[in-house]
Amino acid sequence: MDRRRFLVGSSGALAGALLLPRAGLAAESGLPAGTVASSVLDALPGKQPLIKRTWRPPNYETPLALFREAYTPDDAFYVRWHAMVPDVELADWRLRIGGPAAQHAREYTHDEIVRRFKRAEVTAVNQCSGNRRGLFSPHVPGVQWGYGAMGNAVWGGVRLKDLLEDAGIAPGALEVVANGADAPPLSGPDFVKSLPMWKALDPDTLLAFEMNGKPLPVWNGFPARIVAPGWTATYWIKAVTDLTVTDKAFDGFWMKTAYRVPKGMFGASGFESQDTEQNSPITSIKVNSLIVDPAPGSALPAGRRVELMGIAWDGGSGIRRVEVSLDGGANWRDAKLGRDLGRYSWRQWRYALKPQAGTVTVLARAFAGDGSTQAEQLVHNPAGYHHNVVQRAEYHVA
Amino acid sequence: MSLNGRGAALFALLAVAGATQADETSVVLAEGAGVERVQAYCSMCHSLDYIVMNSPFQDRAGWDKTVTKMVKVMGAPLTPEDSAAVIDYLAANYGKPATAPRNQ
Repeated sequence: MDRRRFLVGSSGALAGALLLPRAGLAAESGLPAGTVASSVLDALPGKQPLIKRTWRPPNYETPLALFREAYTPDDAFYVRWHAMVPDVELADWRLRIGGPAAQHAREYTHDEIVRRFKRAEVTAVNQCSGNRRGLFSPHVPGVQWGYGAMGNAVWGGVRLKDLLEDAGIAPGALEVVANGADAPPLSGPDFVKSLPMWKALDPDTLLAFEMNGKPLPVWNGFPARIVAPGWTATYWIKAVTDLTVTDKAFDGFWMKTAYRVPKGMFGASGFESQDTEQNSPITSIKVNSLIVDPAPGSALPAGRRVELMGIAWDGGSGIRRVEVSLDGGANWRDAKLGRDLGRYSWRQWRYALKPQAGTVTVLARAFAGDGSTQAEQLVHNPAGYHHNVVQRAEYHVA
Repeated sequence: MSLNGRGAALFALLAVAGATQADETSVVLAEGAGVERVQAYCSMCHSLDYIVMNSPFQDRAGWDKTVTKMVKVMGAPLTPEDSAAVIDYLAANYGKPATAPRNQ
């Protein structure tokens, strides 16, 4: 696409990039030394200061304190791109649907989609496949994310199913391939992903135009992105322009080679057409939790009541229980769960304690509706996916 | 620095297109043999903080794998000689310290 333009402007003055504040340091521990040295707080246009991991393409994660919100504000939502960020004008944007297993080729403007198809919404966690990769030991190459390559939002748009059915799905349809307006800088593979038909036709899978009731920020996929609730964000193609219904397994680099986990390591993928003898595509988010407040590593007053606050989420079976241990994992008690905002949403939890002087180590673990719980030991894999090890937060009580 | 013709042409094109963001100029790589090639080639597609971020945990074989992927998959226009110089630089300046235990 030669009409494509790319956003190149960042936050402007270098003075706008700040060293990470001391409160952020505990969240940075465990990351490679080079990651800590090269990360700064920086505000992209329209965003709050986020933790810059890389400038170009922009990869920015959400600081821990911003996870206090049930819905991650648009200007706090993490940013992750494989290539330059496309600058798309809504008036010029088109969605094309076609392919060997589509009965008709279709092309829609934004107005046509909004006018013709029923509005749909879903609240869902969007989590990068590599969230917490930086905490892997031994480290593995890739964007060295800490805890913040995720967010929770209400996504608004139309059902992908309604669009696909308007084009007509031919017998033998196997996958829906989604491509966005971004393009690789040289001759590398375009970032293109496919979904199995069952996931593409799931009523909760959307083509979303909105995040938390407002148009998607450019950094998060304006004007339209795929929302595949429960699946990692690699499938949530941003600035999507083309949907191709195929009768064969899509074999682009980002499906066939990248975003893979060793076969059987994390259970069935649910994406059989992409499974091989050796490996499977990463798909569902694993059950996980995060201690948000007070920030791990911070000081607490001795003998005073403190309320811990955190979040827990999984790939869509919902959070059944969160347990907290104050003694390194010997004893566990239930945390109080907050309101259920939907099975793909994260769920807040709280736990009151009155710590005595010294160091308190707090562990939290979530249990999902499907019976799964978090890993006690890291399940190491070459690409650094699915880090859901039970977190240990230390507080200094005085 | 000995960019080959295609690489030099591409780099000039990208520079004219303004593909380099202002703030990435804050990334300063360690001085060392081969640094010019690293700056010229790696920055065609990404800011140089990718290198610092992914350090110092990759050994020479790790950096070799990364550079090979950039050339063979991503289309970075390095000659074999360029690749060797870039791998040498990365292993020497952003490699795993020799004293570190194996596999970490």
